[in-house]
Amino acid sequence: MKNPFICLSRKDIEEILSFLKIEKIEDLFKHIPESLKISENLVLEGLSEQDTYKKIEEISQKNKIPESSRTFLGGGAYNHYIPSIIDHIVERSEFLTSYTPYQPEVSQGTLQAIFEFQTLLCQLTGMEISNASLYDGATSLVEAVFLGTRIYPERKVIWVSETLNPEYREVLKTYIQNFDYKLVVVPKTEEGTFDLKWIEKNISKDVLCFCFGYPNYFGIIEPVKEAVKILEKEKIITISCTSEMLSLGILKTPGELGVEIACGEGQSLGIPLSFGGPYLGILSTKEAHLRRMPGRIVGETEDREGKRGYVLTISTREQHIRREKATSNICTNQSLCALRACIYMALLGKEGYRELAQINAKRAYGLYQRIEKFSVFKKPFFNEFVVKIKNPEKLQEKGFYFGPPLEKDYPDLKDCYLIATTELNSKDSILEFAKAMEEL
Amino acid sequence: MKINYKKMEKTIFELSGEGKKGINLPSPEFEKMAIPEDLLRKEIEDFPSLSQTEVVRHFTRLSSLNHSIDHGFYPLGSCTMKHNPKLNETLASLKGFTSVHPNLPENLVQGCLELIYLLEDALKKLTEMDRVTLLPAAGAHGELTGMMMIRKAHQVKGNPRKIVLIPDSAHGTNPASSVFAGYQTKEIKSNEKGMIDLSLLEKEVNEDVAALMLTNPNTLGIFETNIKEISEILHKKGAYLYLDGANFNAFVGQFSPKRMGVDVMHLNLHKTFSTPHGGGGPGSGPVAVVKEFEGFLPVPVVEKNESGYYLNYDLPNSIGKIRSFYGQFSVLVRAYSYILQLGIEGFKEVSNISVLLANYIRRSLEGTYRLKYDAPTMHEVVFDDSFQEKKGVKNIDIAKRLLDFGVHPPTVSFPLIVHGALMIEPTETEPKEEIDHFIFAMKKIAEEIEQDPEFVKGAPYTTPVLRLDEVKAARQPKLRWKK
Amino acid sequence: MTHHTIFFTKTHEWILPSEGKVGISNYAQGRLGDIVYIELTAQGKEVKKGDVIAVIESVKTTSDIYAPCDGKVLELNQEVTSNPGLINQDPEGAGWIIKIEVKEPFSSEGLMSKEEYETYIKTLSE
Repeated sequence: MKNPFICLSRKDIEEILSFLKIEKIEDLFKHIPESLKISENLVLEGLSEQDTYKKIEEISQKNKIPESSRTFLGGGAYNHYIPSIIDHIVERSEFLTSYTPYQPEVSQGTLQAIFEFQTLLCQLTGMEISNASLYDGATSLVEAVFLGTRIYPERKVIWVSETLNPEYREVLKTYIQNFDYKLVVVPKTEEGTFDLKWIEKNISKDVLCFCFGYPNYFGIIEPVKEAVKILEKEKIITISCTSEMLSLGILKTPGELGVEIACGEGQSLGIPLSFGGPYLGILSTKEAHLRRMPGRIVGETEDREGKRGYVLTISTREQHIRREKATSNICTNQSLCALRACIYMALLGKEGYRELAQINAKRAYGLYQRIEKFSVFKKPFFNEFVVKIKNPEKLQEKGFYFGPPLEKDYPDLKDCYLIATTELNSKDSILEFAKAMEEL
Repeated sequence: MKINYKKMEKTIFELSGEGKKGINLPSPEFEKMAIPEDLLRKEIEDFPSLSQTEVVRHFTRLSSLNHSIDHGFYPLGSCTMKHNPKLNETLASLKGFTSVHPNLPENLVQGCLELIYLLEDALKKLTEMDRVTLLPAAGAHGELTGMMMIRKAHQVKGNPRKIVLIPDSAHGTNPASSVFAGYQTKEIKSNEKGMIDLSLLEKEVNEDVAALMLTNPNTLGIFETNIKEISEILHKKGAYLYLDGANFNAFVGQFSPKRMGVDVMHLNLHKTFSTPHGGGGPGSGPVAVVKEFEGFLPVPVVEKNESGYYLNYDLPNSIGKIRSFYGQFSVLVRAYSYILQLGIEGFKEVSNISVLLANYIRRSLEGTYRLKYDAPTMHEVVFDDSFQEKKGVKNIDIAKRLLDFGVHPPTVSFPLIVHGALMIEPTETEPKEEIDHFIFAMKKIAEEIEQDPEFVKGAPYTTPVLRLDEVKAARQPKLRWKK
Repeated sequence: MTHHTIFFTKTHEWILPSEGKVGISNYAQGRLGDIVYIELTAQGKEVKKGDVIAVIESVKTTSDIYAPCDGKVLELNQEVTSNPGLINQDPEGAGWIIKIEVKEPFSSEGLMSKEEYETYIKTLSE
């Protein structure tokens, strides 16, 4: 055997072949036409374990990763410290190598962890129900909008704020391109928030939902309460999208602001950056929408003897039962990422989560105060803000990385960049970064 | 009532106590925040407070309640629960990968881009297709991406068409994905052999049909030997053949989707390519296409020029972006590590042994359980419970009783065309000893059903919790912990 | 003329024309298993024979329930929405689903009598 994961001895194979009354394994394939055989010239060399390690390690070394404390990159993925216990726990085979919990009696570990995750998410967002997670932030927004379409099948206009992550807007556009929805971009004000006046002027019964970032793509905390008040007049569904989940440790919850659906990206919650994935899509909402929810949901129940246990439930929304009428084509969740988030939240706890959110906000503001003259918007922000500078490469030469640049998506924001600050940006780095900017 | 208190694990909310903390945080270093008081929330009500010791114990104990592939046999049909090599995990957690921020400039992430490029290349070889996108986050996401591309291809020709044909044996994601790509679906009945009937298909394919979504081998574990003819029937009317690659494990390294006439297909890296299922994800569902579809791929695609690798967004006919960033990167690392370890010879063994073992199970259990379709078995075999149903025992009871033998049950509520299905996929990585234990268990349960059906219906007896009340869960949904 | 007899459809709904009550047959509830949820059409809605008037869910299936005749939806049985298990317990009595304003004269075309339906379901279970 070339394949070290196959467990059959020569004798085993002989025994099975004779039991099956065939001479060789190839006989089991002889009903498949020869013409479908793959090329005999295919070259795909098998390597030893140590050579595989070496080859991939070398590839990883071709990445040039800046020093963590000097990295101020944001824009939908954030550089946070990952507590050591998370890797240890998620690497346990029982979590890592199990399947979707279809047989609840031997999957209580995964099921209870998801149940706890759902609860934590509800507490953070101020919502009543949460699913077991989705692919990522962008697709969670899509699923939130599709949830909305099931509330108002007759409404066809989707509003998205210009201040919402442009990548998320792109993904939404892709998903709705084959349906008769109209995507309308709600313009931003010069202050970097969505335009309330525009909303007030344009609301109508045709509008299905209004999607916005909370905080928005520029890190700014939008006037959600004011928007909800206006949108309520036509009962337009409000969808908040949070890419920096840590912010909900201190910001008013979408729930208390009157938001209908809270979605977002949970990467901040103990999930490594890993070049953009896998991450964690989040979706929570009001109980009234339970049967319109996409994705898996775990519920509590009892076993035959009255002992508490957990199962996948309300499954009739899903593709394996409802097929073409399903609420989503999603088959599963991002269980292991949800587990990471669950451990992360449990470890930080009530005080720690809030404290860490404050650390982020304070360090970000500490930097902001020192480079205020470069800042573009003067609105309350969480841990990310926009600066305008001419020679970013000079800062990169000193090992400071930030961004992404905004001009590609916002032509009016030429020379503008996002700067995110987290607990991994040390005081020294923050002060040095401010100094380097001063010297530009 | 007998309650075994020892095995009950409290929730983190019940373990919580004010004043406990799990981790020491650094100093804020600065005094103020840019957020006025009126935008701030009150405390996170009912959020737990636990010590680190308790968090570790809690999740470790929870883990012990799970069955896993590292623990033993996991023969879920069409799920390909094969061994997940540990080297893959080591490599995926290299700091040089995990700490790469996706918004770093291209010149600093050449390693990640190279890995994507090399994995695409390897998957191109194994499918003989012309291009592969590694963006989709899961098999279902791949299906949706593929169907959107098919729609785009029709659209560019002037008519997106209306209908996607789907065999009645197909997985539920197929119709759901087609609908989310803007299509109606039409079910194609399988013939008495459990396969697509060519003359029936010929009647169904017309200028309104965009594509057929076919799983091969299908979910009955039967290879659609007419697949080339199927593709010709479709192509003649301008329709496409989509291949659901969920069961690629059955022929990887030996047969070629391209030569089958496939236009678009997805692969499940968490099945054929050994990346762990993680209790339900993250997976990865790359989509492979023939040349005609290259221009419709979602953006970005990874390309190479004289100065290195780069992300190309310049595809004017692309379906667009389908997710944030560039794919399930750490899953891609694992799959590439697996491919490197196996090489083509290793892959041939994958399909050979997975088919051999499925046939071994089939031969061993035929007669004890009913085999509805007797066409040659590939990597999985589907029995049903019709012999046992006479005693009032259903497939789900057999499944639950298997748990008492330390074996994870096969897939039971699928495929829908086999009532009372028991869908068994051993994969190539099982020792004969474990398969023999499974066969023993299945035979023993059949005997038990003859002697004492009620006993089997009461199973399981040895699991951390006994049979759970799913009706109660659905009637009175309790979806979060409350005080 | 009012009908005091019960009629059945091939899709396993029943109707009692004299009261306008519509429900699902005992056979149907048995096939569905424990019913966990029911979603009803709107009160006051005009429905045509064959329109979906309710969706019934058990743990692993959902089934559309069709109107056995044309008419206006007069009443929804709130008892079954709050306690869907009632349909399992008493499908052809307290577990009725909606009340329809039956147009006179009631046409039983395409419907089956209780005896005919019982013969019909025997052919299904074989």
